[in-house]
Amino acid sequence: MTSLYNEVAADPGADTPTRRVSITVNGEQRTVDIEPRLLLAHLLRQGLGLTGTHTGCDTTNCGACTVLFDGRPIKSCTMLAVQADGHDVETVEGMATASELHPVQEGFKECHGLQCGFCTPGMMLASKALLERNPNPTEDDVRWALSGNLCRCTGYQNIVKSVLWAAEKMRAENGEEA
Amino acid sequence: MYPSRFAYEAPTSLAEAIAILDRSGGEAKILAGGQSLVPMLKLRFAAPGTLVDINNIPGLGEHWLDKDGTLHIGALVRHEDLEYSTVIADSHPTLAAAAELVADPIVRTRGTFVGSVCHADPQGDWAATMVASGGQIIAQGPNGRRAIDVREFVLGPFTNALAYNEIAVEAVIPPATGTAKGGYLKLERRVGDFATASVAVNLDMHGDTVHRAGCALAGVGGRTIDANDAINGALKGKTLTPENIEAAADAVAAMAEPRSDHRGSADYKRHIVKTFVSRILSNIAHSEQKAA
Repeated sequence: MTSLYNEVAADPGADTPTRRVSITVNGEQRTVDIEPRLLLAHLLRQGLGLTGTHTGCDTTNCGACTVLFDGRPIKSCTMLAVQADGHDVETVEGMATASELHPVQEGFKECHGLQCGFCTPGMMLASKALLERNPNPTEDDVRWALSGNLCRCTGYQNIVKSVLWAAEKMRAENGEEA
Repeated sequence: MYPSRFAYEAPTSLAEAIAILDRSGGEAKILAGGQSLVPMLKLRFAAPGTLVDINNIPGLGEHWLDKDGTLHIGALVRHEDLEYSTVIADSHPTLAAAAELVADPIVRTRGTFVGSVCHADPQGDWAATMVASGGQIIAQGPNGRRAIDVREFVLGPFTNALAYNEIAVEAVIPPATGTAKGGYLKLERRVGDFATASVAVNLDMHGDTVHRAGCALAGVGGRTIDANDAINGALKGKTLTPENIEAAADAVAAMAEPRSDHRGSADYKRHIVKTFVSRILSNIAHSEQKAA
C-alpha cells in the first residue's frame, strides 16, 4: 500500500488524473494532489506522515483507523481522501496540546486502557466524540459507543474505565458536579 | 486493498449529477455514505468508470414528517440521524427500533438510509423496515420523478429498479391511519456482523385491534423477504391475544428461507424468526395494556 501511495502521489504519471484537495487536518490546512481512489487513511499515514491513525482490518470492521470528520467519528479506510475536500479531520495527533494530554488520553494512561496500543487511537477518538455528545455516559453508553472499535488485548474493561474516568474529569473541569 | 481507477465527480446539484449519470451510459455509480460501496470498490466487486459523489448536493440531508404524517428521508440522511431523531419515535416506531441496530456506531455516522435500501443487500435492515412499512423510493432522472414501491424497487441481491440515469433522492414512508406500533429485532454474533436473522414488524392499530400488519425478514433468504400477507392474514381485524400472536409468528416463520451456515442451522434461524415476531408483538400487547 505504501508503494501504491507513492505511485499515486509522488509520481502518478501523466495519464493518471489527480485532483487537488484542501483538508483541514488537526487545525492546519493541507493541500495535496491525489488520485481519487486514494483512501483517507493512507493520505493521513503516507501522505501527511500522521501514522497515529492505524489501519487494522482494512474492511470497515475494526475501527483502528477511526478519525473525526467534522467532529463525528468515521472509519478512514472507508472514505476516499477526495471526499474530505473542504472538511475538518482530527487524528490522534490533534488530541493533545503541546503541554497537556486530552482527558481521554489521560484516562487511558491512568486506567491502563491499552496493552499493545494498536486500537487505542481509534478508541480515543470514538470516545472523544461520545463525550462531546454525552458528557455523562453510563458504562453501557460507553460500551455501545465503542462497539464499532475492536480490541484484541484488553477485554475492554479498562478501556471503559478510562472513558468513564475522562468523563468525570471533563465534567469537573467544566464546573459540573461529578 | 485499492479500488481500480475511476473518474471522480462531485456535482453540487441534482440536475448536474443526473446529467453525469446520463452521459456515462451506465458506467457511473452514485457515492453517498460509501459504507457498502467503498468496501466493494476495494474488493473490486465493483469497478465503475465514474463515481458520482452526491455529498455536496444541498437539500438531501433532511428527514421530516409532512402534514399527513408521511415520513420523508433524504438521500443523505445518515443512519445516526435516524438513531438520534426526535421525529420518528412515535410516528414510525419500526424504523426507530432499527436505527440503533444498523452496522456499528461509527459506520452509522456515515452510511445512509436510502443508500442502504439501494444497495439491496438481503441482510439489509432498512429494506426490511421499508417493506414492512409500505415505503416507496422516489427516483429522479432526466424526465422527472417517479415513486417506486420498495417491493418493486429491491429486485434481488444487490439489484434495484433504478435506471442508470436515475438517483434515489428520497424514501417515503406512510403514516399509520390509527396508532403506529412496531419493532425491529436482529440477532448478530457481534456488533456490525451480518445478521443471523432479523425481523421488522409494523402495526397500524385502531384501538386494540390490528387494522393492518406488516412484516419483513432479513438474513434468512437470498433477498429481503416480504411477509406482509402472512402477518396481515393472521392479525388483521384481531387483537393481540397470545393465541393470535402465536399464529402470526408461525405464519411469518413459514415464510423464512434460511440456509444452514456458520451462523446457525436453518431450523435455528427459523426458530429465531418465530421468537422475534412473537417478542415484538408481545411487547406491543404489554405496552397497550399498560397504557390502558
